[in-house]
Amino acid sequence: MLSRVADSLYWMSRYLERAEHTVRMLDVNMVLMLDKSSTSTEGRWKRVLAALGNPEGVRWENDYDQLVHTLTFDADVPASVTACLIEARENARQVRDEISSEQWQQLNRMYHWVIQPRSERGLNTRLNDFLPAVIDGVHLFQGVTDTTMSHGEEWQFIQMGRYLERAEATANLLDLYQPEILHTPEVAAEGRQYQEWVGLLRCCTAFEAYCKVYTADLTADQILEFLLLNPQFPHSLRYSVDCLRQALVAVQQSSGRAPVDELTKISGRLQASLSFVEVSDILAQDPGAYLGNILQQCRQTHELIYRFYIQYSVEAALAM
Amino acid sequence: MPIARPSTFANPLLKDYVLDNTYDEMFSDDGLVRPHYAQVLETFLNLPPEELARQKRSVDLSFMTQGITFNVYGHGEGEEKIFPYDLLPRVITGAEWQHIEKGLIQRITALNLFLHDVYNEGKILNDGKVPREIVYSCRQFRREMRGLQVPRNVYITVTGTDLLRLSNGEFVVLEDNLRVPSGVSYMLTSRRVMKRTFPQLFRDYGVQPIEHYTQLLLSTLRSLAPEGRHDPSIVLLTPGVYNSAYFEHTYLARQMGIELVEGRDLVIHDNVVYMRTTAGLKRVDVIYRRVDDDFIDPLAFRSDSILGVAGLFNAYRAGNVTLANAFGTGIADDKAVYAYVPAIIRYYLGEEPVLNNVETYLMTDPKQRQYVTGNLDKLVVKAVGESGGYGMLIGPQSSAEQREDFKRAIEANPRNYIAQPTLDFSRAGCLTENGIEPRHVDLRPYILYGDKVRIVPGGLTRVALRRGSLVVNSSQGGGSKDTWVLND
Repeated sequence: MLSRVADSLYWMSRYLERAEHTVRMLDVNMVLMLDKSSTSTEGRWKRVLAALGNPEGVRWENDYDQLVHTLTFDADVPASVTACLIEARENARQVRDEISSEQWQQLNRMYHWVIQPRSERGLNTRLNDFLPAVIDGVHLFQGVTDTTMSHGEEWQFIQMGRYLERAEATANLLDLYQPEILHTPEVAAEGRQYQEWVGLLRCCTAFEAYCKVYTADLTADQILEFLLLNPQFPHSLRYSVDCLRQALVAVQQSSGRAPVDELTKISGRLQASLSFVEVSDILAQDPGAYLGNILQQCRQTHELIYRFYIQYSVEAALAM
Repeated sequence: MPIARPSTFANPLLKDYVLDNTYDEMFSDDGLVRPHYAQVLETFLNLPPEELARQKRSVDLSFMTQGITFNVYGHGEGEEKIFPYDLLPRVITGAEWQHIEKGLIQRITALNLFLHDVYNEGKILNDGKVPREIVYSCRQFRREMRGLQVPRNVYITVTGTDLLRLSNGEFVVLEDNLRVPSGVSYMLTSRRVMKRTFPQLFRDYGVQPIEHYTQLLLSTLRSLAPEGRHDPSIVLLTPGVYNSAYFEHTYLARQMGIELVEGRDLVIHDNVVYMRTTAGLKRVDVIYRRVDDDFIDPLAFRSDSILGVAGLFNAYRAGNVTLANAFGTGIADDKAVYAYVPAIIRYYLGEEPVLNNVETYLMTDPKQRQYVTGNLDKLVVKAVGESGGYGMLIGPQSSAEQREDFKRAIEANPRNYIAQPTLDFSRAGCLTENGIEPRHVDLRPYILYGDKVRIVPGGLTRVALRRGSLVVNSSQGGGSKDTWVLND
C-alpha cells in the first residue's frame, strides 16, 4: 500500500474518533450542568478544554453556550466537531478508490449534512439533536467499514488511528480527574460527587457497562480499574491498546518486513503496563506518573508508525 | 438552406427534426433513415415516453452513484457534475470504421516519426518540409529531449484524435491530442450502461467490443518498459483529487490493477524512481502520466509545480523509467504544426493522407492573416496551445467586441493563433425534451502505440447538447453518447 494512502486512512479514522469524543464531552457536560454540582461552571468547562488538549483558538470566556457552539459548529476552529468531520471526509476523498463506496457514501452524506447552513438543517438546528446525530453517523460509518472493507492492511491502519486516538483521549481524561478521585479511593461517592463520577463514566460511554460489573456503587478505585484495565470494554485503555497492538502486528506481518524493534518494544511495553498490573499497585504509587507514562508511550507509538511506514527517509528505506 | 421535412417525420417524437445541408448521421438527404440506423430508430420511437424517462433517470443515477463526474474550473472550487449523457447511440458501419482506422494508424505512425526526427537529426526541417521556426517557436518544444532515446522510439503512447464528418460524409481530422488526452473512461462506462439498458437491441446489432481497452493499454505500457525490466511495475501518475479528470485516473488505475500515485508518492534516488509504500520503497518502471509536461518535474520544468517529482527527468534521461506519453509530444499537436501534417505523412510514409485535415490559415503568413482578420465573422480562430474549447472564437456566433479583441491578439502574437472555416459538421439524433432532435457530434477514437498501433473500434462521441451549438467539450456544455461500430 502507498504510504500516502496509509496516512489518509489513519487520519480519516483519528478525526472521526476525535469528533465522536468531542461530541460526547460536550453533551455530557451540558447535561451535568443542569444539576448543582461540586464543580463550578468555570472549572467544568476549563476541564473540558483541558480534556480536548486545550485546543488553539478556543478560550473560556464565561459563556458556556458560546463555547459549546464554537466547539460544535465553527469550521475555523480545528478542534471543532465540524472541522474534524471536514478533515475526515477530505482524507477519505484523497483515497476514494481505496475505501468501499458504501464507506464513501456514508461519510460524504454526513459531511454534506454537517456543512449545510443551519437554517436548512431543519429540525436538527438544536444542539441536543445535532450532537447525538453525529455520534450515530460515526457509529454507522464504523459499522459500514467493518462489514464492507477487506480487513487487510488498509483496514488495520483505520484501526490504528481509531484506537490510538481513543487511548490518548481516555488517558488524558483520567489524568484530569485523578487528583480529585484519589482523595478517598475506596469510599462510595454520594450526592454531587456521585454526579461528577457518573459524568466521567458517561464521557467514555462506560456507565452502563460499569454498573454491570460493579453495580451502581461508584468508588474511585473501581472506576479507575474499569476505565484503565478492563479487557472487554471497548473504551477502556487496555482494550484500546490491545486493538492497537493487534493492528500493528498485522501490518508488520503483511508488509513482509522484519519486525521493527523499537515499535515492538514500545507498543509491547504499553500493552504490558495495562495487562499485568493491579489497580492497587497504581494507587499505591503515583497514578499521575503512571498515566503520564502511558500518554508518552502512545505518542511515541504514533511517531514510530510514521517513521517506519509513512514518512521514512529515503536513506533509511534504501538501507532496509 | 433548404429544410427538408419528409413525411416519415410525422411521428410526434420527430416533429422538431430538421434536415438541411449538414450531414445527418441517422437520415439520408431524402429523409429516409439510413439502413444501419433503422432498428435503433424504431426501438426508440416505440419506447413509451415514460419508459424512456425512466431509463434516463436510472442511467443518471447510476452515473451519480459511481461518481462518474468531472470538475468544472471557474465555477467555484472544483464543482462536481455528472457528465451529460445521451441514450441514443451513434452508429458507424464497419466499412466506415475500417477507413478511419487505416487513416489513424497512418497519421499516428507519421506523427511519431516526426517527433523522433525533430528530436534527433531534424531531417524534415533540413529539407524544408516543415519550417524550422514553427517547430522551435512552439511552447511545447522541449530542447531537453534532443538526442534522447525512448523505448521502441515510441513518443505518443496514447492519442485521442478528434474527427468530424463534413457535409459530403467524409471524416476529417480536427485535431490530434498527443499530450494527455482524456475521456476514455466515459467511452467505457457509457458502453456498460448501454448494454445494461438496451440488452436486446445491443445483441441484435452486432457491435464490435471495446471493453478490452484497459487490457490493451496495460500491455502497451508493459511493452515500453526499460530494457531488462521483465516484470515491470507500472503506475498511473495523477495530479490529484482536484484535477478535472480524477475520476478517470482512479477508474483506469483500478481497471488495470496498477497503483494510482501522486507526485509526492514518488522519490528519485540515483536516477531510479521509487514509490513510497508501507513496505518500503518499491521501484517504478513505467509511468502512465496524466500530468502535463510543465508540471512533471520542478527541477527540469516549472519550478513552482507541486504536482511533479523532482529529478524525474534525469531518471528518464538515464533510461531507468519510461514515461507515456514522452515529454515534448505537444509540438506535434500544435495547431500551427497541424497544418503541415499532410506534408509530414507524405514525407515519412510516401503516401497520400487517408484522412484529410481541415483547411487551416496560418497567422504567421501575412496574406493569410490579412484574409482572416478581414473575415473573422465567418471563421473559427483558435489559440495554438489551448484545448478543451478554451481560447477560441467562433466567428458566426461572436460579438463585434469579441472579434475586435481577437483581431488585436492576433496582430500582437500571430504565431499563437490559427483560423479555420466554420465547419458544417455532422449531426446525430439525440433525445431532447421535444423528442428526437439532431445535434452536432464529433468522434474521438483512442489510439494506443506500444509494440504496434492498436485502436478499439469506435471512441467517444461528443455531442453539443444545446441546439445549434458547435462546441462539444464537456467543459462547455457538451455531452457524450455511446458509439457503435458494426460488424458489417
